[in-house]
Amino acid sequence: MALKRTGSQTLGPFFNYALRREGDNDLTRRSPSGPQADGEIVTLRGRVTDGASAPCQNVLVEIWQADAKGHHTDMDDSDANFTGFGRTLTDDDGWYEFTTVIPGAVPGKGNAWQAPHISLSLFSSGLLKRVTTRVYFPDEDANKDDPVLSGIANETVRSTLIAREVAPGPPRSISFDVILQGEGETAFFDL
Amino acid sequence: MANTETEERQYPAGDDTADPPYLHADYRSTVTKSPSRPLIPLDHTVSELTGPVFDADTVSVGENDLLSDGEGLPLGERIVVTGRVLDEDGKPYAGALVEMWQANASGRYRHNADGRDAPLDPNFVGAGRYVTGADGAYSFETIRPGAYPVPDSGWWRPAHLHFSVTGPSLMARLVTQMYFPGDPLLELDAIYMSIEDRAARERLIARFDSDLGVRGVSLGYEFDIVLRGRANG
Repeated sequence: MALKRTGSQTLGPFFNYALRREGDNDLTRRSPSGPQADGEIVTLRGRVTDGASAPCQNVLVEIWQADAKGHHTDMDDSDANFTGFGRTLTDDDGWYEFTTVIPGAVPGKGNAWQAPHISLSLFSSGLLKRVTTRVYFPDEDANKDDPVLSGIANETVRSTLIAREVAPGPPRSISFDVILQGEGETAFFDL
Repeated sequence: MANTETEERQYPAGDDTADPPYLHADYRSTVTKSPSRPLIPLDHTVSELTGPVFDADTVSVGENDLLSDGEGLPLGERIVVTGRVLDEDGKPYAGALVEMWQANASGRYRHNADGRDAPLDPNFVGAGRYVTGADGAYSFETIRPGAYPVPDSGWWRPAHLHFSVTGPSLMARLVTQMYFPGDPLLELDAIYMSIEDRAARERLIARFDSDLGVRGVSLGYEFDIVLRGRANG
């Protein structure tokens, strides 16, 4: 039986009290006092702006990624302390922030391996459906063999997927801005 | 996960009529937030085919009851909203997190940014959660929300419930809104009308079912949610 999908509608502005829970932006612990996940801790921070270069506030930002060994949380051998899934909200100036670990490489199509990356989605008032992109790490040798990065011929577009180094740490800190429209527009994927 | 298994779990091309476009000028804030370049096709790898794991422990018992937030019952017409979270083959998604939020009976949200001159209800917050079991079913007990005018514009939002559904893969992730049958505001609503295909729009309208509510207490609506991807099992 083939069913037709339910269509997307905007998140709207009034979701905060329904969708956010304390600690949702820290992927390294299952509870505030719980043990921390293995791997190199990293702060991922960035700013969301629109086609008028204005900051986008009240945007729901979600990330999904593998643990330090490249295992996602629905696999048997994944890190039990790592949640894999994070949620937060941009502030009045468009900034979001997560605490997570550097993910391991994961298998790609065929025999290819994918460079470490984080899937990042945005939902917002003014977005009738989500936008989804990927955060890759700066100075990562595996980036040059990554099938997704290699598949994007335009260097300017490809470079929007690479985060910038902010501080070597520990904890390491990287930044990844999302430009929804216009000059420097982030590369978004069709799932 | 072995690569071969990953490839077997690749989903067919999506139905591109279900969703609205990013740019729908009648909904003004899309004008500066809509990406201008076409989306880049992405092969489905383990990064897209996996997702967060939820179970009955994720939420507490009673989080799907929106009638118990105060000392008394909230104002408004009591309703039960129930349905199943399914994949495109009609198979239930177990372990999907269903989050629902809404305005109160006078069309006001309990949110600092909703400054409209309509009363809050001390007995109503308007947010609930549920994790689906093996049958993919969810239900909420609540009140029918009121319609409300969109600030600085001539139109009103029809009565609606907001749904966020997080299934077991990055693909199976949907934020949408549920509407009520027979509402004359639907055809005037820039957000509902942003979905160009009429049949796709109408799938966002719940089905009234006189057998679903509690006799003499509440009215029942059925709203099935079909997510992209493929449920396991």
